[in-house]
Amino acid sequence: MTFSLAELMVSAASRVFDDDGEVLATGIGLLPRLAASVAMRSSNPDLLMTDSQSFVLSSPNPVSGLKTHAGQANENWMGFSRVFDNLWSGARHALVGPSQIDRFVQSNISALGGSYDAPKVQLLGVRGFPGNSIRHANSFFVPKHSRRVFVEGECDVVCSIGYNPDRLPKGYAFSDIDVRQVITDLCVMDFQGEAFQPRVTSLHPGVTLEEVRDNTGFELAVIDHLSETPAPSPTQLSLMAELDPENLRAKQLKDNPPGVRAAPADAE
Amino acid sequence: MDKLASAEDALSVIENGMTVGIGGWGPRRKPMSLVRALLRSNVRDLTLVAYGGADVGLLCAAGKVKRVIFAFVSLDFMPLEPAFRQARESGAIEVTEIDEGMMLLGLRAAAWGSPFIPTPVGLGTDVIRNAPEIKVIDSPYDDKEWVAMPALPLDVALLHATRATATGVCEIESPDHYMDDWFIRAADHSVVSVDEIVEPAHFADPAVARRVYWERNCVNSVVHQPGGAHPSSSDPLYGFDVSHFKAYGQHIADGGYAAWAEAFLGADESAYQQSVGGLDAIQSLQLPAY
Repeated sequence: MTFSLAELMVSAASRVFDDDGEVLATGIGLLPRLAASVAMRSSNPDLLMTDSQSFVLSSPNPVSGLKTHAGQANENWMGFSRVFDNLWSGARHALVGPSQIDRFVQSNISALGGSYDAPKVQLLGVRGFPGNSIRHANSFFVPKHSRRVFVEGECDVVCSIGYNPDRLPKGYAFSDIDVRQVITDLCVMDFQGEAFQPRVTSLHPGVTLEEVRDNTGFELAVIDHLSETPAPSPTQLSLMAELDPENLRAKQLKDNPPGVRAAPADAE
Repeated sequence: MDKLASAEDALSVIENGMTVGIGGWGPRRKPMSLVRALLRSNVRDLTLVAYGGADVGLLCAAGKVKRVIFAFVSLDFMPLEPAFRQARESGAIEVTEIDEGMMLLGLRAAAWGSPFIPTPVGLGTDVIRNAPEIKVIDSPYDDKEWVAMPALPLDVALLHATRATATGVCEIESPDHYMDDWFIRAADHSVVSVDEIVEPAHFADPAVARRVYWERNCVNSVVHQPGGAHPSSSDPLYGFDVSHFKAYGQHIADGGYAAWAEAFLGADESAYQQSVGGLDAIQSLQLPAY
C-alpha cells in the first residue's frame, strides 16, 4: 500500500497519544489535528477532543469539508475560560508546530529576530505556550526539518519551558517538564535519553542520520537500535481518508512527497 | 435605569492614557462599532488589554495606542493580524506579552480586588524575562517559586453581546462568552454594544437567563448597534467577514491605515456599513466552520 509522507507523519504523530488514557488531545494545524483524531478513533478512544471552539466532542469532527457545527457529537460545553481549568489540571496533551525549537526543546511561536520592542518578524505571540509547557504534556510537529526550525542557539523568544538548566525554576526538576516527541518530515525524536537531550528514535524510510544532522542546528543523540518509522496501518489510512474527505493532507507538504523515498543512486 | 446611549456619548468617558479592555476573541464578537467610534475620536495613548484581532490592529495602526498587553493578535484564518504586525515590527507600540491564561488571571485578580494571583505559568520562559513588571516570588507554603501575575485593572471595558435590555441585562447567545465576564468585572466602567434590544420579559425563560454572564450592575452603557461586531462575528446572528478581512489586509499592506480608513471607516457607523455592503449583507454572513 502506498502512502504519502504527510500520512506517514500523521501516523507517527497519532501514536504520541496511544498511552495517554483519558486526556484532552489538542492538535493545532490540519495534520496535528488529523493525527489526534486518528488516535481517538483507533488506538485511544478514551481521548477527549474539542470542536476547536466551545464544545468537547464524543467523536472528532472531520478536519476538512465541515460545513456547520450543527449536529456534531457534542459531549459538553467547554468555553475558552474553562479550557484553562482543564489544561492546568495537567490532563492534556498538545501537538503543536512551533516556528523554532532549540536544543533544550524550548520553542517559539511569538516573533523572530529584532528585539522585544521591535521584532524583525512578528508571529503569533506566546499564546498559551508558557502555561501548556509547565502544566501538561506537549509534542511537536515540524513539517520541514531544517536549521531554521532546529536553531543553533536558543529560540529568539522562549515561549515554552524546556530542559534548560539556566532557566529551571526554583523547586523544579527536569522530570516536572513533559515534552514527549517531535515528529518531522525526516524523523521522530524524543527527550528520554541521558540529561533529556534530543534523541532520534526513528528515521523515515530512505532518510539517513547524516541528513537529519545536517538539517539540525544542535547535537543529536541516537537511540540504541535505531529503527525505521513504521508505515501507517490500513486502519490509520482509512481513518485519514474518512476524517479528511477533501484530502487537504495532500496540500500540507510541498509537492506532497511519497512516504517511501526512492533510494539515492550513490547510497552506500 | 435606562443605559441606552450613542457610541459617542458612551465612549466620552475614555480619556487619553486610559487602560481599555476589549472583549471577544480574535475575529469573534468584537465590539467593532465602538472601536470605530474610537478611531473617529481624538483619544490617544491608550493601553489595550485584549485577546486581539482587528480591534487591536486598527487602534494600533491609527496611532491610538501606547501599549498593548497581549498573548496573541490574530484573525484565526489569517494567523497574523496585518496591522498589528506592522505596528510591532516598526516598534510603534510598547508591549507586555503574556500567556493567554495569565491574562485571565490578571483580570480575575482585578475583579476580585487582589494585587496578584500566583501561578506557575510563565516560569522558565521569556514572558518573565521580557516583562520585569511581572514578579517571581517565593511561596509561604512550599519551596517553589511562583509567578505573581499582577492584577490587570481596566478603566473601561468594551464588549459586544447578542442582545440586552435598556437596563443592561446582557445575553450572549454565541457558543462562547470567552473572558468577557472577567473583562467587565475587572473594569471601573463598561460599554456594551448589542445587536438587539429586548424587554425584561425576554429573560424569564431560565435557559435564556443562563446566557447572562454578569449582572446588570456591571454595565454602565448599552449601545444598540445592529451589525456592530462586523467584520467580526456575532454568532448566531452573523459570521465573521472573511472577504472583508482579506480586503482589510490588502489595504493595510498597500497603503496602511489611511488607505483602509479612506475606503471604509466613514463619518459614522451608517456610512461604514454602507461601505461594506449594508446591514443586510452583514446579517447574511455565514460563520465559517472548521
